[in-house]
Amino acid sequence: MELKDKLLSSFLAFEENVDMHTDIHEIRSRAIKDFEEMGFPTKKQEAWKYTSLNKVLKHDYTVFPKKEDTIDYRDVEKYFIDDIDTYKIVFIDGIYASHLSATTHEKIDACLMSSALNSSKYKPIIDNYFNTVAPKESLTSLNTAFSREGAFINIPKNTMADKPIQVINFSTGNESALLVQPRNLIVVGENSHVQIIERHQSLTDHPVLTNSVTEIYADKRAIVDYYKIQNDNHQASLIDNTFIEQHRESNCSVHTFSFGGNLTRNNLNFYQKGERIDSTLKGITVIGEKQHVDHNTLVHHMEPNCESHQDYKGVFAESSTGVFNGKIIVNKEAQKTNAFQANNNILLDDKATINSKPQLEIFADDVKCSHGCTIGQLDDDSLFYLRSRGVPLKEARALLMYAFANNVLESVKIPELKTRITKIIALKLGVNVGYSL
Amino acid sequence: MLKIKNLHAKVEGLKILKGIDLEINAGEIHAIMGPNGSGKSTLSSVIAGKEEYEVTRGEIIFEGEELTEFDPEERAHKGVFLSFQYPVEIPGVTVTNFMRTVINANRKAKGLKDMPANEMLKKIREKSELLEIDRKFLSRSLNEGFSGGEKKRNEIFQMAMLEPKLAILDETDSGLDIDALRIVANGVNKLRRPDNATLVITHYQRLLDYIIPDFVHVMLDGKIVKSGGKELAYELEEKGYDWIKEEVGA
Repeated sequence: MELKDKLLSSFLAFEENVDMHTDIHEIRSRAIKDFEEMGFPTKKQEAWKYTSLNKVLKHDYTVFPKKEDTIDYRDVEKYFIDDIDTYKIVFIDGIYASHLSATTHEKIDACLMSSALNSSKYKPIIDNYFNTVAPKESLTSLNTAFSREGAFINIPKNTMADKPIQVINFSTGNESALLVQPRNLIVVGENSHVQIIERHQSLTDHPVLTNSVTEIYADKRAIVDYYKIQNDNHQASLIDNTFIEQHRESNCSVHTFSFGGNLTRNNLNFYQKGERIDSTLKGITVIGEKQHVDHNTLVHHMEPNCESHQDYKGVFAESSTGVFNGKIIVNKEAQKTNAFQANNNILLDDKATINSKPQLEIFADDVKCSHGCTIGQLDDDSLFYLRSRGVPLKEARALLMYAFANNVLESVKIPELKTRITKIIALKLGVNVGYSL
Repeated sequence: MLKIKNLHAKVEGLKILKGIDLEINAGEIHAIMGPNGSGKSTLSSVIAGKEEYEVTRGEIIFEGEELTEFDPEERAHKGVFLSFQYPVEIPGVTVTNFMRTVINANRKAKGLKDMPANEMLKKIREKSELLEIDRKFLSRSLNEGFSGGEKKRNEIFQMAMLEPKLAILDETDSGLDIDALRIVANGVNKLRRPDNATLVITHYQRLLDYIIPDFVHVMLDGKIVKSGGKELAYELEEKGYDWIKEEVGA
C-alpha cells in the first residue's frame, strides 16, 4: 500500500485511541482531508523542484510504534548538551520518556503537548495558538492530523526562562521503518525570553522519517533563540516545518546546523505581524556522501520598520546536494523594511551540487533588500599560506571551512552549544582542532 | 644550509626561473634584488613549495635534503619560513588562535605535545613586544582589515614565533612606512643567530639600510647575473639596473 493510503486508513484507528477536546478532533479531521486532497509534495511544485521525497516515501513505515523505554541515559548522554543545566523534554519514537526528561511547571511550562491538548488548564492557550501559525500545506496538515505528542512550552509574560530547554526526539525503530511526527507549540509572552535547543536522533539502522511541526508565537518584545542540531545517522530523514509568528518589537532567531541525515528539508517561515520586529535565520551545512539538505525559508514582512537577516553557509563534499530557496515578501504596508539574505557555498568535489535561489517579492517602495549568493572552492592561496606555516593540508582545509562558517557561529548565544557545534564540525571534517573559534 | 643548483621552474607553461645557483650558509644574510618580473618572488614561492610552480630542472638542497620532495607543510616543519609579499586574510580566525594552531601543528610534526596554554601566551606576549604589536591586535581576525604595515609586522611576528632556520622575506618592505620598516627590520635583526639564515628579496635598497646583508645578488630574467657584498646594493640604488643589463648583455 502506498504511504498516503496507509496514513489515510490509519487515521480512524488513531483517532479512536486519543482523548481530545472536540475542537482538536475537528482540526485533525480537517487536516487529514486537506492532506488527502494535497498528497505528498512532488518535484512539479516550485518549492520542491530540487528535493524529491520519492525515495524517502517508499519505505513501509510503522505509524504506531510500540512504547520503547529501554534506553539508558548513559547510552544517549552524548546527544545532550550536558555541561549546562537545562530543562529537557525527551521523546522516544514519539512517546514521552520521563526518565530522560526534566520538565517544569514553575514560572514557565516546559512539558508535553499531550497533556496540554487534554487538560482544561491549557485549553485557552491551545484554542488561541494551536494550528494558528502553521499554514495549510500537505506535510503540515499530515502532522496536524496525527498530532498528539511533542513539546509544549509556555512562557508567561515578563518572564525569562531560567535555563535553556532541550527538546530531543530519539527514534529506535526496533520493528522496522518508522514514521514519527512530533508537534511542538511554543508560546512566548510579552517581554519574555527563552532559548531552545532541538535535536532529532535515530538510534537504529532502520529508516526513520520525521515530519516535525513547530509553531512559535512570539508576543510583543519577546526574545526567542532557537537552535536546531541536525546530525542524525544516514538512514534518517527529516522534514522540519517551523513557523514563527512575531509581534511588535519581538526578536526571534533560528540557527540550523545540518551535518547528518539522509535527506533533510527545513521549511522555516517567519511572519512579521507588528512593527520594529527583528528576525534572524542562520545555518551551517556541512555534508558529504549522498546527503541532501534543503533550506526553504520564507520571511513575510507585513508591517513597517522591521528587519530580517538571513545567512546560510554550506560546505558540500562528494556527491552531496544542497538547496537554498529563500523567499522574502514585503507587503505594500511594510515600508522601511531592511531584509538581508546571504547564501555562501563551498563545493569540495566535482560531483557536489548546490541549487541556490533567492525569491524577492517586494510591494513596498521604501525598502532595503539585498541578497547575495556565492559558490566557490577553497582558496588555493589561503591553503598555501597555511601550509607554508606548517599546518597540514587536511587541517588547513578544515581551518578555512571553519573560518568560512564562523560568522554564523558567532551569533550563537549559548557558549557550550557553540563549543559542541565546533566539535561536531571538527569531527565531520576529520580533524582535531584544539580550540573553539 | 641552502644550496640551489641550476634551478629551472615554470608556471602555467611559462619559464620563469632559468638556472638559479645560490648558496646560503648558517649565520648569513643574503639579499636578492632585481626589477619587477625578474623572478624574485617566484624563487621564494618555489623554495616554500607552492604547487602551481613546477620545477623542471635543478635542485634545492636544504640541510642535505632535496626540498622539492616535500609538501609545503613539511618544508615548514624542517625550518623554512616565507614572509609573504601579500599575506592572505582569514576572517574568523584570530591572530592568537592562528598562532596556536600553527605552533601546535609544528610541534605535532616533531612528535611533541601541544604547547601548554600559559607557555603559549607567554611566548605570544614576548614576541609581540619584540614587534611592538598592540595586545588588541592579537584578538583580531588574521590580516582582515590590517594595514599593509600591520600585515608585514604580523608576518615577522609569525617568524619570531616559529624561529625558522631559513627565513625568506619576500618584499617585506613594500607598503611599509619608515617607522614600520624600522620595527620590522629591528625584529629581523634581533632574531638573527649563528644557526639561522635570512634571504631578503627586495626591489629597493631601502630595507638593506636596516638589515645589513652579507651578500647581494642581482636577478634578471630568471637568473642571478651578479653577486657581491652590500656595496652592490648601493650601486644599484644609485645607477638602477640598466648598467647590469648592459654588462651581462641581457
